[in-house]
Amino acid sequence: MSGTRPEGAVALVTGASKGIGSAIAKALAADGWHVAVNYRADEAGASATVASIRDAGGTAAVLAGDVANGAPDVLFAQVEEALGGPVLALVNNAGVRADNLAIQIEDEDWDTVLNTNLSAAFRLTKRSLKPMLKARYGRIVNVASVVGPRANAGQANYAAAKAGLIGLTKTVSHEVARRGITVNAVAPGFIETDMTKDLLVDVVKAIPARRAGQPEEVAAAVRFLASDDAAYVTGTTLFVDGGMSA
Amino acid sequence: MATTVTPEAVEKVVFDALPQFGAEPSEITREATFEDLDVDSLDLAELSQIIEDEFGVQLKGDDVGKIKTVGDAVDLVVSRAG
Repeated sequence: MSGTRPEGAVALVTGASKGIGSAIAKALAADGWHVAVNYRADEAGASATVASIRDAGGTAAVLAGDVANGAPDVLFAQVEEALGGPVLALVNNAGVRADNLAIQIEDEDWDTVLNTNLSAAFRLTKRSLKPMLKARYGRIVNVASVVGPRANAGQANYAAAKAGLIGLTKTVSHEVARRGITVNAVAPGFIETDMTKDLLVDVVKAIPARRAGQPEEVAAAVRFLASDDAAYVTGTTLFVDGGMSA
Repeated sequence: MATTVTPEAVEKVVFDALPQFGAEPSEITREATFEDLDVDSLDLAELSQIIEDEFGVQLKGDDVGKIKTVGDAVDLVVSRAG
């Protein structure tokens, strides 16, 4: 076994005001991480997430900032000011959709989805490796999707970004494995959130478990990958999809 | 506050940092190659970070890729600061 999480270590969860991100923030806080709850627009949701964590005896702070704007230094400075400790866990969860058939996807919608879902994850990963390398400890978990490893008509931009995220996960995991830093992905299937509520309920018929997943079920996987128990798990993608991609 | 860049100051920081990457202290000289010291590309990336924190001198990946010896690293930092 190598390494235990240092005292006061901070987990930064992007896009954590609601849905999967909020559930991840709560699960990590329950596991003892001090959590930076990042949000772009939904301040009330982020505040509610932080309040819920504090009510449960955990430590958390809201962190405003659009991860797509390319200023990770500013974000990290704010995290350290709010929570004191170094960021030793990064959960790249912030994601957007702009669905259309490939032939109809505008450049702007391609760029927006790739920038938020993939490029922002890269920039934050790069920045987070500084404190992680220093600490010889780190956990990076990228929230990918079953879409990417498999097709989903109407989501070429989203699929490209999520598949890219899995490629990023694998390669960075190799680069830093010997420093006690793990890099993994989770690939949620059909999860009940605001982001998926407009999708057809017919999707459920294609899921072996015959139901949608809950954000907490994805969060449990992230909690494991961020734990000391998962020290030897790196470069992998854990599917949380009711068997959809098996 | 960044430390002033002098060849001596940079050499000291580099020499002091290398053992944490597994380099044998007795083998660290200006002429020693990073390959001989078993210092790899990730170690050099970390060394760049230490140098940036100490001297405020930013080394890019391309720069670091070219250096072979400890002396090369010291000279590179001094030249970038000048």
